[in-house]
Amino acid sequence: MGAQKKRAAAAAAAARVSEDPDDLARQPLQAILLADSFTTKFRPITLERPKVLLPLVNVPMINYTLAWLEAAGVAEVFVFCCAHSKQVIDYLENSEWFSQPNFTVKTIESHNIISAGDALRLIYEQNVIHGDFVLISGDTVSNMSLTQALQEHKERKKKDNNAVMTMIIKKSKPSPITRQSRLGTDELFMAIDPNTKQLLYYEDKADHSKGTICLDKMLLAENPSISLHNDKQDCYIDICSPEVLSLFTDNFDYQHLRRHFVKGLLLDDIMGYKIFTHEIHSSYAARIDNYRSYDIVSKDIIQRWTYPYVPDVKFCGNRATKLERRGMYRALEIEQSRSAQVGSFTVIGYGTKIGSNSKISDSVIGEGCTIGSNVLIEGSYIWDNVIIEDGCELRHVIVCDGVIMKAGAVLKPGVVLSFKVVIGERFVVPAYSKVSLLQQPTVHDSDEELEYADNSSGTVEFSSIQGTADQSNGEMTSESSEAHKPKLGTGGVGYIWSICEGGQEEEWRHSVAPIPEDKLTELSEAMDDDQELVTQDRTALSTSGELISDSNASEGDDNEDSKDDSVYFEKEVEATFLRAVEENVKVDHVILEVNSLRLSYNMTSADCAGAVFYSMMKLAIKTPHSSASELQQNTANIITTWQKLLKSYLLEIDEEIEIILKFEEMCLESAKEFSPLFARILHILYDKDILQEDAILRWADEKEGADESDKVFVRQSEKFIQWLREASEEED
Amino acid sequence: MPDIQALVSDLASKLRKRRVQGSYETARLTAELLCAVILQHKEPTTNGAASLIEAVRRVGEQLIAANPVELAVGNIVRHVLHIIREEDLSPLTDIVGELKLSAEDDVEDIAEDENSQKSSATTDGCLLKPPLLLAVFEHLPDSATACQTFSSENIFAGKADKSAKKLKSELIKAVNELIEDINTCREGIAEQAMELIHQNEVILTLGHSKFVKEFLCAAKEKKRSFEVFIADGAPKFEGHILAKELDKKGLKAIVITDSAVFAMISRVNMVIVGVHAVMANGGVIAPAGLHVLALAAKKHDVPFVVVASTHELCSLYPHNLEVLLNEMRCPSELLNFEEFSDCIDYGIASSSSLLHVVNPAFDYVPPELISLFVTDIGGYSPSYIYRLIADYYSSEDLPPQQKPAS
Repeated sequence: MGAQKKRAAAAAAAARVSEDPDDLARQPLQAILLADSFTTKFRPITLERPKVLLPLVNVPMINYTLAWLEAAGVAEVFVFCCAHSKQVIDYLENSEWFSQPNFTVKTIESHNIISAGDALRLIYEQNVIHGDFVLISGDTVSNMSLTQALQEHKERKKKDNNAVMTMIIKKSKPSPITRQSRLGTDELFMAIDPNTKQLLYYEDKADHSKGTICLDKMLLAENPSISLHNDKQDCYIDICSPEVLSLFTDNFDYQHLRRHFVKGLLLDDIMGYKIFTHEIHSSYAARIDNYRSYDIVSKDIIQRWTYPYVPDVKFCGNRATKLERRGMYRALEIEQSRSAQVGSFTVIGYGTKIGSNSKISDSVIGEGCTIGSNVLIEGSYIWDNVIIEDGCELRHVIVCDGVIMKAGAVLKPGVVLSFKVVIGERFVVPAYSKVSLLQQPTVHDSDEELEYADNSSGTVEFSSIQGTADQSNGEMTSESSEAHKPKLGTGGVGYIWSICEGGQEEEWRHSVAPIPEDKLTELSEAMDDDQELVTQDRTALSTSGELISDSNASEGDDNEDSKDDSVYFEKEVEATFLRAVEENVKVDHVILEVNSLRLSYNMTSADCAGAVFYSMMKLAIKTPHSSASELQQNTANIITTWQKLLKSYLLEIDEEIEIILKFEEMCLESAKEFSPLFARILHILYDKDILQEDAILRWADEKEGADESDKVFVRQSEKFIQWLREASEEED
Repeated sequence: MPDIQALVSDLASKLRKRRVQGSYETARLTAELLCAVILQHKEPTTNGAASLIEAVRRVGEQLIAANPVELAVGNIVRHVLHIIREEDLSPLTDIVGELKLSAEDDVEDIAEDENSQKSSATTDGCLLKPPLLLAVFEHLPDSATACQTFSSENIFAGKADKSAKKLKSELIKAVNELIEDINTCREGIAEQAMELIHQNEVILTLGHSKFVKEFLCAAKEKKRSFEVFIADGAPKFEGHILAKELDKKGLKAIVITDSAVFAMISRVNMVIVGVHAVMANGGVIAPAGLHVLALAAKKHDVPFVVVASTHELCSLYPHNLEVLLNEMRCPSELLNFEEFSDCIDYGIASSSSLLHVVNPAFDYVPPELISLFVTDIGGYSPSYIYRLIADYYSSEDLPPQQKPAS
């Protein structure tokens, strides 16, 4: 029933769209800009100001998106405002965007919308989108050209009415460190058909601990070729056909664009809608998702990767700023003390004053700030009208409008000070803390909330705006409120938000502060683990299923990599050997296989010899036997059969010694049955020309100085050794 | 009637967003816009020229501030101001002559006046050369009404306004000539190709300049045979485009890298390049890489010829160029962002990344390295440029215009 309804609605939508293909081509390009990210990552700042109006290198973020849309040839933009919609609309009305000749900006306002899905459903109801549209959120910075992607989308649409969306992707380094440090996001896995560029699989929350992803086997069955990527980055710029809106209406449970819509479409094989990808190469595109990407994108802008959207180009009525040597951007009317040191890649806004001996580097300072003397600012984002008194230290922090820092205050890395907070004299704000005039909203214990900011977050945000004025006024005077909150030093105003449980761990991921050393090493270790897992996987694949013993896993727990490797190697060789025995494989082939294993594990031929010998002995001991002599007989047989294999690894005397040592080890540990037979088997090996007398003698010599316990077998074979010695002396 | 301010801000925003680039394009658009400004200017009865100058200057300042790097904007603005000043002076001499004749001519004058005022069509016809003005008017959909108001206003203003009207029509004529000059400057330059390019010569150029292309093609059309080395002009590699275009014209082209210019210069008879702007001292601002080429040419005494049109003539002196008049372009022209994203990583403990990419668009080539300028009004040596500037611009306009640019 539901499916039927869906189909009917989609058909209706399709009919509406495909009335006249030529008409479509002439249709001016429209865009939907979501001026709300429906997340809480930028709290507490977003409690007072919408995310899209937060300054990014002294220009509100939404301007980058709008400027790009205009340049990309979009004729009409619908800005969807939800949280703080009044602020967004007021801002846009006073900006120059409403007065552009060939570019219309219209706002759609709604207060009870809690997700991107709801927003799109509302837009569908308003029936304003008539053709293909660009779907983007107001926190995306890009300078790519849409022409080609749009062209591809249209051509695909003509051929296949089910190609409803083209997702813009970009290559990135596959390493999780880079991903983490550049974007603060998890790894993203995509499966793409290399020929048609169709997206087949999308997973942005891959379970890292397992190191595996699960693909539907139908995916492999249905597609002739498929390429899996973990080196792609989602730009969150989509070109959509109007059907997308109706799809959202039909599936009223779609909330999140990627998690529900994209995955939903990929799984839904009834309708057969398809999503395609378009990869951009040299141009820039990134979305500001959290504090870390805010930091990274700001720096990319300062380094001009986003050209022409850089501070010294007035792309949206921003103030005139000049680029000076070493990447310093300075607006007009800056008062700077002669002794102040302003380092490279710094932006200083209009009318800011900088006192003597202050040092500023890699930072963005907003307009009308007053910075005292002996202040240290490093890698920080200071917004407008901030007062920083003498001797303060700020490293890797975000300081919002109107904050006052009294003399000597220190902000540790990762601190976020929301609007108008006052930090008391010589107060040290601990790392990663967030300070706001507003009290932290009570945490709802639903997992869903953080995932896609549902009901509660929307309403909390809204009610808190109204509360702002009285709350902050009250705070200035009331003593009682200070009782239950950590004070911010003498004269400090504001609450330090407590970090929600489990958040502590994650805090460093999304902060503006650089990733601490220990986390970095952790990450790179995790990466090594990944590689290990890969080898382990390969083990599982190359041997036939039954041979992976359970012990594999337990032994895998050993943390020493090299030991692990040799253990795996031995297992592999043993498995190969056993299979060879069972299936009567030619010796030459076994040698070949063992050699390839040796290469892939990077082992020496001594290791091979040891492993082969180990497997042979293992086989001997497994062969049913009733007495020691029978075991000896079996061993002799096996050695005779496989001596060629063993010999091919015994190039030098060292390898022969290795075999003896290995045998010794076995007798002590895994195959104690052999211990009484040690001397005899040694003799057999000597007889078969596998071991030379030199090797045996050397081994005996080496053992001379060892502990008594180690000498057990030397003793046992003393006679034999004696005989060997005499024989060699006679020869001399 | 289109608001002139809207047109101005439209061009200004195009300049700001770097959507209009290149001296030819900017010069043409600026000239057309200024023509519209003059056309729609409602002047007071007295001192019309001064208010016009003020109006043009105001517009000019906006445009220059929009993208100070595009020097052609300032050049055209200054040139138009210069035209206004010149025209403003000429009526004075006319009036002296007119006074003598005024007694007899009075009746005739009025008749003539009314004639021109009644039918705006005729006004159009006599004021404006059709093909050119059409180009202007395409940007001004309602220009006919503009003319109408302008002439009907004059009806009421009556005879007192006559000199002002005359000034205006003269101005429009002059500015149209300027636009025509800009449009035809390439041919003017190309005409001189035969004198400079000789049989079996080897020419070296860098990047892609339309002037150079026309210049070379003109010589080719006249059956001169020669070959051209093209330095590819990193990072934009526009030299490749030039190579393609020359190939279509049947010219032998050899592409080399920018860094190979010194290795190749000994085989070259002449270097011909296009530039971004010619400075008042005879130096040029040119695509990055030209200074090296000029030095190489100097070392081997190869003539270094610059083709430039008069609208590239800039009245500024090059002080502190690398900071003030350079454009730092996008680093992704040099490096693939994805490939280097792990080097350009700020998230890792050491607060700033060590790898930076700087991509300046321009070079400054001092006058000593330049042998000859080939302009649409003839060939000049670098030391003569200041004279040309005196011919093209009025000294009064220099100081205020210099401010926003510097």
